[in-house]
Amino acid sequence: MKIRAQIGMVLNLDKCIGCHTCSVTCKNVWTSRAGVEYAWFNNVETKPGVGYPRDWENQNKWNGGWMRLGNGKLRPKIGGKFRVLAKLFANPDLPEIDDYYEPFTFEYDRLQKAPEVKTPPTARMHSALTGEIMEKAEWGPNWEEILGGEFSKRSQDYNFRQMEKEIYGQFENTFMMYLPRLCEHCLNPACVAACPSGAIYKREEDGIVLIDQEKCRGWRMCVSACPYKKIYFNWESGKSEKCTFCYPRIEAGDPTVCSETCVGRIRYLGVVLYDADRIEEAASAEDVEDLYQAQCDIFLDPNDPEVIAQARKDGVPDSWLQAAKDSPVYKMAMEWKIAFPLHPEYRTLPMVWYVPPLSPIQSAFEDGRMAGDGVIPDVRDLRIPVKYLANMLTGGKEEPVVQALERMIAMREFMRGKTVEGVSNTDILTRVGLDENTLDDMYRVMALANYEDRFVIPTNHREYAGKTVFDNEIAFENRSACGFSFGNGCGDDGQTRINLFGTPTHKNTMSGKIRKPGQ
Amino acid sequence: MPETTPSFFYNMVFGIYPYIAVSVLVLGSILRYDRDQYSWKTSSSQLLRGKGMRVGSNLFHIGIILLFFTHLVGLLTPEGVYHLVITTPHKQILAMIGGGILGGITFIGLTMLLVRRMTDKRIRATSKFSDILLLWLLYIQLILGLTTIFFSAQHLDGSSMVALANWAQHIVTFQSGAAGYIVNESWVFKAHIFLGLTIFLIFPFTRLVHMLSAPVKYLWRPGYQIVRRRGKGY
Repeated sequence: MKIRAQIGMVLNLDKCIGCHTCSVTCKNVWTSRAGVEYAWFNNVETKPGVGYPRDWENQNKWNGGWMRLGNGKLRPKIGGKFRVLAKLFANPDLPEIDDYYEPFTFEYDRLQKAPEVKTPPTARMHSALTGEIMEKAEWGPNWEEILGGEFSKRSQDYNFRQMEKEIYGQFENTFMMYLPRLCEHCLNPACVAACPSGAIYKREEDGIVLIDQEKCRGWRMCVSACPYKKIYFNWESGKSEKCTFCYPRIEAGDPTVCSETCVGRIRYLGVVLYDADRIEEAASAEDVEDLYQAQCDIFLDPNDPEVIAQARKDGVPDSWLQAAKDSPVYKMAMEWKIAFPLHPEYRTLPMVWYVPPLSPIQSAFEDGRMAGDGVIPDVRDLRIPVKYLANMLTGGKEEPVVQALERMIAMREFMRGKTVEGVSNTDILTRVGLDENTLDDMYRVMALANYEDRFVIPTNHREYAGKTVFDNEIAFENRSACGFSFGNGCGDDGQTRINLFGTPTHKNTMSGKIRKPGQ
Repeated sequence: MPETTPSFFYNMVFGIYPYIAVSVLVLGSILRYDRDQYSWKTSSSQLLRGKGMRVGSNLFHIGIILLFFTHLVGLLTPEGVYHLVITTPHKQILAMIGGGILGGITFIGLTMLLVRRMTDKRIRATSKFSDILLLWLLYIQLILGLTTIFFSAQHLDGSSMVALANWAQHIVTFQSGAAGYIVNESWVFKAHIFLGLTIFLIFPFTRLVHMLSAPVKYLWRPGYQIVRRRGKGY
């Protein structure tokens, strides 16, 4: 057993209002530069829909993630090492920028400087690539916002597999939900495996997956290998970039920008302990329906004295072990079983998990009564089909999703009884396998969702950098070091400038300054 | 023995310039790798336009890599060694046919890439000066290389080939008088060599550096995953 700790995330989709604050704050912090205008480390999609980039979930098309071979071994779906190298000259699995969208800016100047005209002046759209006028945008990170577009197109959604989807196109059966997406910081990342330069790595101490911008050579295999399409190729710098899980903030004990600014308070951050020796075993479970459970099986109980002893031996600091005990992520995923990984069938063991959303009861609307046993309605009558959620969150296995939805309904029923009628109906709780203490905890973390309950992030220990716990020399060497910068950013007073070797400038191309060819 | 004593000009271009070009290549590359690795990359533009890449880029890369290594072997194998398996005139015919085929493959690929870079608005607008210059230089160099086949065909005794190999071997073994071997050769060989050296010269300042990072090591990487601990490398 080799115990590692990871900062995981849970998103409570039941509370997501689709406001895109996470996307916008993330964009402002991380991707407001030339080359990544089209990249959204965090984006919010409306489901059902094919998403961004188009049809990203369909690995028959993109070949992301892992595949299990006949002998039970795993290899990246884009191919083994030889195959990856053979694809370097022209990668057949690479999306084109139009699959995301052509980046653009608006001619803001025109609004101030237009001569007198009969109609109000307009700021036309210009491509950030060519500078030419664009008549319209064709796609984007939230293109199908609130079911925009025709059902025939949206229903190409991969999560509709094995479903009779036609009825969901009818007005009275339609359903929707929001899905905020970011890098999953997987335990078995396919991007790391596919990077021929070895530039992508998983950090041992907190599990954050990062791309070494110095070592990346732009072979762009990671873009294909990531089944979530959350690695973006910067067309200006020629390097791949991805969500950093705001590691400078995490190290200081602060939540990521997307989590911090979430107005619905749907995001949770916390430590999960897992057995690193069993990653491969978990990722290669034969039946995709078993992958969710297999991943749960390698998570370790932070209250188990044996686990604590082994974790200490493996170098996990005590502050992290304490945080693991208080971790909202562990509670939601493992104790309450209400959070699930996104598409476990990709076999990457993702570490950003989702609480499935509740939705209105269908049959109550249709025949004026509640189905089910009169206490808890049948979750199969919820407007969002359970199968759809299961295809998204458990590789198609419905039982865990049903249990989670029932527990969430039970929580509502119980708390309603308690606060409105003053009755604690523990009968409801027993039915879904909960007790009152657990429910109080669930209610506090999920419904009240106070800041300190949502974000339990131990600060990163400097001693990680050295051989011993008190390795002050490392800290001394790193004092007043360069923060987050590109290339020789620090040496040049934080400014990246054009030099003999053509270092990219990262100037803002979304500022309304229209690009002129040759610039 | 050199056939003719070269003039100052010839000695500059074919005797001294090779050392300048290779020195700039080596030192420039080391400097760029050390000081500005962030700029060290393939500069792929496939994301912006994938069309034509599958055929064009594959043909170009495969062709030019093989051309590079066949040049290396062809020019630097001493006469005594290759005579064990092949005669000089036969080797010339082999070089003409082999070079012709590889050159043809590269020509198709490079033409496609050049057309793409010059006519595709996205690619053109996001190209750096060095990207365009480099493609044209490679194109001219390739055409010169293909043209040498017709000049070689005029004398099949292999004498030109031997002279050029002597020049190259004198250069890499630091012997004087290398330029003398070139003087009496046709202009097309001279132009091909000069342009080739010039491409060496600009190498560190262009995207060509990515070839030094060809990720062959990947094949020997144990397993697939990489886990790093913060602080390693400090």
